[in-house]
Amino acid sequence: MATTIDYAKIGLKVGLEIHQQLSVGSKLFCSCQPELFKDEPETTFLRRLRPTQSELGQVDPAAFFEFQKGVKIIYEANHKCACLVEMDEEPPHLLNMDALKVVLTASLMMNMQPVDEVHVMRKTVIDGSNTTGFQRTCIIALDGWIKVGEKVIPMQAASLEEDAARKICTEDEGKTIRYRVDRLGIPLIEVATAPVIYSPLEAQHVALAIGRILRDTGKVMRGLGVIRQDLNVSIPNGALIEIKGVQELELISTVIEYEVQRQLGWIKVKEELHSLGISKDVLKPEFVAVTDVFRESKSKVIRKAVDKNFKVFAVKLAGFAGLLGRELMPNFRVGSELSDYAKFWGRVGGIFHTDEMPNYGITPEEVTKVCKKVNATENDGVVFVADIEENCKDALKAVIERTQEALIGIPTETRTAKDDGTTRYMRPRPGAARMYPETDIPAQAITEELVKNVQANLPEPAERKLARLMKQYTLNEKLSKQIIDSEYATLFEEIVKETSTVTASTVAAFLTETVKALKRDGVTVENVDEKQIKALFAAVDSGTLAKEATADVFSWLAKNENKTIQDATTALGLKMFTEADLEIIVNRIITTNKQVIEQNGKNAFGMLMGIVMKEVRGKATPELVSKILKQKL
Amino acid sequence: MSEMEKSGYKGIALRLLKDANCQIGDIVRITSKGKVYEGILIPRSELGDATNIIIKMKSGYNVGIAASENVTVEKAGVGTKPMFASPALPEQNSVLPHVVIMSTGGTIASRVDYRTGAVRSAMSANDLYGVVPELSEIARVDTEIVFSIYSENLTPKNWTTLAQKIAEHINQKVDGIVIAHGTDTMGYTAAALSFALQNLPVPVIFVGSQRSSDRPSSDAATNLIGAVKAAGEAPFAEVGLAMHETISDSAIAVHRGVKARKCHTSRRDTFKSINGFPIARVLNQEILMQEGDYTRRDFSKQLVLKPDFCEKVALVTFYPGMDPSVIDFYVNQGFRGILLEGSGLGHVSRFCFDSIKNAITKGVVVALASQCIWGRVNMNVYDTGRDLLNMGVIPLEDMFPETGLVKLMWALGQSSNLEEVKQLLITNIAGEFTPCTLPQDKIIYGAQ
Repeated sequence: MATTIDYAKIGLKVGLEIHQQLSVGSKLFCSCQPELFKDEPETTFLRRLRPTQSELGQVDPAAFFEFQKGVKIIYEANHKCACLVEMDEEPPHLLNMDALKVVLTASLMMNMQPVDEVHVMRKTVIDGSNTTGFQRTCIIALDGWIKVGEKVIPMQAASLEEDAARKICTEDEGKTIRYRVDRLGIPLIEVATAPVIYSPLEAQHVALAIGRILRDTGKVMRGLGVIRQDLNVSIPNGALIEIKGVQELELISTVIEYEVQRQLGWIKVKEELHSLGISKDVLKPEFVAVTDVFRESKSKVIRKAVDKNFKVFAVKLAGFAGLLGRELMPNFRVGSELSDYAKFWGRVGGIFHTDEMPNYGITPEEVTKVCKKVNATENDGVVFVADIEENCKDALKAVIERTQEALIGIPTETRTAKDDGTTRYMRPRPGAARMYPETDIPAQAITEELVKNVQANLPEPAERKLARLMKQYTLNEKLSKQIIDSEYATLFEEIVKETSTVTASTVAAFLTETVKALKRDGVTVENVDEKQIKALFAAVDSGTLAKEATADVFSWLAKNENKTIQDATTALGLKMFTEADLEIIVNRIITTNKQVIEQNGKNAFGMLMGIVMKEVRGKATPELVSKILKQKL
Repeated sequence: MSEMEKSGYKGIALRLLKDANCQIGDIVRITSKGKVYEGILIPRSELGDATNIIIKMKSGYNVGIAASENVTVEKAGVGTKPMFASPALPEQNSVLPHVVIMSTGGTIASRVDYRTGAVRSAMSANDLYGVVPELSEIARVDTEIVFSIYSENLTPKNWTTLAQKIAEHINQKVDGIVIAHGTDTMGYTAAALSFALQNLPVPVIFVGSQRSSDRPSSDAATNLIGAVKAAGEAPFAEVGLAMHETISDSAIAVHRGVKARKCHTSRRDTFKSINGFPIARVLNQEILMQEGDYTRRDFSKQLVLKPDFCEKVALVTFYPGMDPSVIDFYVNQGFRGILLEGSGLGHVSRFCFDSIKNAITKGVVVALASQCIWGRVNMNVYDTGRDLLNMGVIPLEDMFPETGLVKLMWALGQSSNLEEVKQLLITNIAGEFTPCTLPQDKIIYGAQ
């Protein structure tokens, strides 16, 4: 389906917002380590966030809804990754100037104009992801451009902001949310393009180009979850949809393709509903108790709920028979969309709908009874849900309201990207940004001297770097390009500088081809940090680890976090043979192959080398084996 | 153009803005270094460079653009004034207790003008109900703004005025009083009113916040709800101080006014009961009494108002090498009382003895509390203590220095007779002395 869409013709417009964590040694507004912790928290505390009223009396509807439901937030902290600042128990310290310089560097590389004075703002966010109830953010530079292929992409702004707390889980029928504050306050750069991208693939190319510039600063984090790409996707007659948190670059085009499919799908649903003569009046918020139908149900999932004293409520969706099962994206139907609305607004686990029945052990008879109770005909769909009464009603209300909206168009909303490229409803799109100044942090001037200083120290542009790498390290063009596109360009040069016997091409091939192959094989390569990779090559350099064993050691380190190279070699039995060990082996092999040696004389060397290396691969360097073998012959 | 003069802009920025006929809130267009910036003109605060023009862009972000001869400023549109319609007053439930919330400054409730970023205080009853709607289910609330002063600028004269205003309300038979107060000196004011308002029929509860009320995470609303609940329904009739018990938004501790001390610069649970325990906790809208020994709420009681304080009292902290002429200075300046903040069990160096003797001879009342904060003074253990006692220094038991200071100010405000003053000082008026000091491990050393 995707291949048949002419995106230019349908008028697709995409804008990108790229966020990446900065690696500057500490957080944005305090000196805590920008690290995540895996152990049990040392401190937990409970908070409630209260929507503050603006002069216009507006409050964010989703936020106010959560507050009314008495949602509690439990935060988890430990001493290494969070202090009173993250706990909102102490005012922020001054803006981290190293972080500001990184954003300034990236801004200048994207031809933006720095502002003369930076004002930190509070962007209201009351889902609990920020202990304060707002995210601190500031614009560093505006209005630039980058070139992607032949096209000039206008860049709107570069900002510096604090990352949010990590959501761990929800508990207690959705009324308690757990967050960990370790990630809160890690500096993030945000770069936004104008909405001038007209195809899914183009979006991916632009994201790649921006990612490369950010990496060139040498001060961004690498690993899982350090980069998040938000997409603003719109088509005419559809809606502007904000898609949050695409982590994999390769997924961007798929996410956009699926989002276009979803919007086209809903547009079709709207047309069909209109042709059926369905109007808002027949989609009534009438919720009927149908718990009795399921008292003796054989369906495990629904019986479990009924036995817990939950209620089952149903609502009729006039004209929706057949539409509920309509696929909008792979494995995602109209019913799935309604279910996501129900989950968000009603805190339920999900919904049942007639287009998927009979299913889950629910019998056709039970379905008929439910349909009868809500007076549904064969043209109508029915949605039912099992939970406490309040949640059931909130869930069905959300379902009915979403179907009513389907008559008008596609609601503008914030969606979250899944690993398969499909997206899910996250929350209504916040209105105009609700921002006000962070009065605890003084305005920060960006002086001409600072700009000049950063300008004079800009990283070399990619093209010049390519030429230099090829020349300086005698790498071929392909390998040089690969290393520039990888996350390891800086690391590569550092390793080559710090080692003497390892060749540049060995390092480059490992950091690109080997790592890529391991990733393809399912190794979580992000778990191995730069220090470990350096130690790996230092071991090869000093002869304590064979070049051939690097991939195995790397994979082992990825599986066993916080371990050393020594741990790996011990665990893998990769201890190097000493010269004395090798002499014994070589002697033995010479003895067993005496005949061949006598026959071939000096020509036997190559063959013997092969036999010895086969036995000692990964535990001895070929140079050493060759030396001993030559002596013995 | 007086509005622009007050906008905080100076020099070339002010001139460019005035020449373009711009007012705060207008939409301005600034061209600088070949780029065009458009947004709402925001006033300048005291901080930063007053020649940078701040605009709030369409995206909501503020940025500062430096004004210079090469920069042009145009007015691109007239700003709309923000309108705020107060929510309708909820129906007053006549069954609920009647509580008066009096404010002295600070902003216990406020709204944000997201258009300009200004924070405005909300202090009418309507505003309070709008910002903290739960209040309408706890009490019938009336409000009065007594002062609009930062708490560090309050003086004993303000304590007197406040005590008199409270007395007026209490004589009107309200069920309780809540005083919204900046936290920095809230402990002093609470102690002062504990002495000034005697034979209370209903509770008087101080409340403040450590996180400003414009932010979603503010502790103001939770504290206020706890305070109003305690003022309206608590069984005790004393001066209390209601703040977070821990850093969590759960229990509110109500401390005795004379025992509450601000102990942390920024935490929500900054107030601790020193050498005593909170009188009550408010948890899930329920009042849990912590102390059996308290003065009961009783409408038949007649308030006794003793609102006078003597300001000629000094707090003198002893430290190694202190120059005793500091004491002489106060005596020469006509001070009537000195509260010595001694070391340990209640000591001041021998170097100071002559000055202390001289002060007492001249009729200055000298009392002593310990700079240790925690624990009771005992001046019988070492020679130094015994010598000070012999000179006539009055030990203040387990009172911490700030409460001791306020009590000395109050006692000197009540009488000019030194013997009467000394008698008042050692009489337990509002629970400032506790007979037994308990370990309080959890508070002093943290939960183990």
